Amino acid sequence: MLKINWKKIIAGAVAVAGAVALLAGSSYLKPATVNAASNSSSVSAIKKRGTLRVAVFGDLPPYGWVNKDGKRVGYDVELARRMAKDLGVKPKFIQVNANNRVDTLNSNKADIVLANFTVTPERKKVVDFAKPYMKVSVGVVSPKKKAITKVSQLKGKKVIVTKGTTAENYFTSKQPGVQLLKFDSKTQQFNALKNNRAAALADDNSYLYAWVKNNPKYTVGIKSIGPKQYISPAVKKGNKSLLNWSNKEITKLNKEDFFTKDYNSQLKPYFGSEVKPSDIVLNNK
Amino acid sequence: MAHSGISVLFEGTNFARLMGGLWTSVWIAVVSLAIGLLLGTIFGLLRTLPSRIIRFILLLYLEFFRILPTVVLLFLVYYILPRQFNVNLPATWMAVLAFSLWVAAEFSDIVRGALESVPKHQRESGLALGLNQWQLFRYVLLPQAIQLELPATINLATRVIKTTSLLLMISVMDVINVGQQIIEANNQTHPTGIFWVYGLIFILYFIVDYPLSLWAKHLTAKEEH
Repeated sequence: MLKINWKKIIAGAVAVAGAVALLAGSSYLKPATVNAASNSSSVSAIKKRGTLRVAVFGDLPPYGWVNKDGKRVGYDVELARRMAKDLGVKPKFIQVNANNRVDTLNSNKADIVLANFTVTPERKKVVDFAKPYMKVSVGVVSPKKKAITKVSQLKGKKVIVTKGTTAENYFTSKQPGVQLLKFDSKTQQFNALKNNRAAALADDNSYLYAWVKNNPKYTVGIKSIGPKQYISPAVKKGNKSLLNWSNKEITKLNKEDFFTKDYNSQLKPYFGSEVKPSDIVLNNK
Repeated sequence: MAHSGISVLFEGTNFARLMGGLWTSVWIAVVSLAIGLLLGTIFGLLRTLPSRIIRFILLLYLEFFRILPTVVLLFLVYYILPRQFNVNLPATWMAVLAFSLWVAAEFSDIVRGALESVPKHQRESGLALGLNQWQLFRYVLLPQAIQLELPATINLATRVIKTTSLLLMISVMDVINVGQQIIEANNQTHPTGIFWVYGLIFILYFIVDYPLSLWAKHLTAKEEH
């Protein structure tokens, strides 16, 4: 006989509702912005601590990944090391996935995000972006045998995206006729494409060029859809101190052509001759 | 070459890093179990007391952690605690906190069940001998309850070890997270690396979990005879 224990069910429901109300209530009281007096990520706080905590990807060659000696390398990581050096501190890396980049800042786990973070109006509401250091747009990769070259071919088909990326955002808001298959990490999304879970995969085109170079059975059929977008360092909302410093730093690094050098050492081996530095690096000296 | 993919495991420091990841997973599981079992025993004991208020509060606690998926729990301690209450510990300790609270909740129910299923005449004989509540618990109920709760506890331990695979969600460098780094870093030189890395992780989890599971089986069989 099945006996429903209403007492337990109600108790559980009350507990959950209580906890949710508590959390929701407290988030109204304390929005995630920086209070100048207790800013644990200000330039002076970072210098005092002696470490710059940087949120980076750990599984996205050539931007942020770990080589076989266990060392973090990549285009974003090089920038992170340089910024830490110019601050006179050591870098400390915090590995993130695409969809916890905002929360990592808001919960004070990192001072700055250098994880291929594309600037969007929605994200501007929750974090502060510094000057951009790279440009990208959304591309679509598909098997060569069944290449997708126009967005209209995707109507009613499945497309793979990573949660929290600009590709997900673009397809959700602008292409409602396309079914999305969403994953948590880059590793998972590319595996899903290889296992034929969907007709195509959408992500920032710069990753796709790199991936296609190693997976010659696939092609970036749509090189660019949606508007051109920029990649910037991000800091917690209201962290003026680190934001101003980062802006000055990017201007300085642009002047000495740091990003072209970074491109040549980190990205070029992955992209091959299909892509030129000027496709990725900004020339805003 | 037929099996060239396996070399991905031994390139550079890859194998040592995977072992380091496994150590992180096991360490978090063991520390959480130690804290959780201790707390759970106390909660379980409290739940056999006549006080309705204590029982109600502990029931709420149990149901809260039982209903909440572990991923949500991890996100709560990793992102919401620091943001709302300025508690900021390294990710591994946040994981220990979440897992300990979860283990304590689940274990309190196991302990309560075991204490209640100790035959009534044992309790009554104890009281007749003039033992007080604490002595009754320490010398009569607990030793017998431990026997009863062992298989369920081992089962809980294997679940905790398996659940450490969720730790990559909160940036803990556990064995899965390290595995993904290695797969991505070697994708172009070792396209079949994914099979070997996950294969090794499978074997590692198996080596850690299977003896526990065998032990539980053995204990259950012993009880039936």
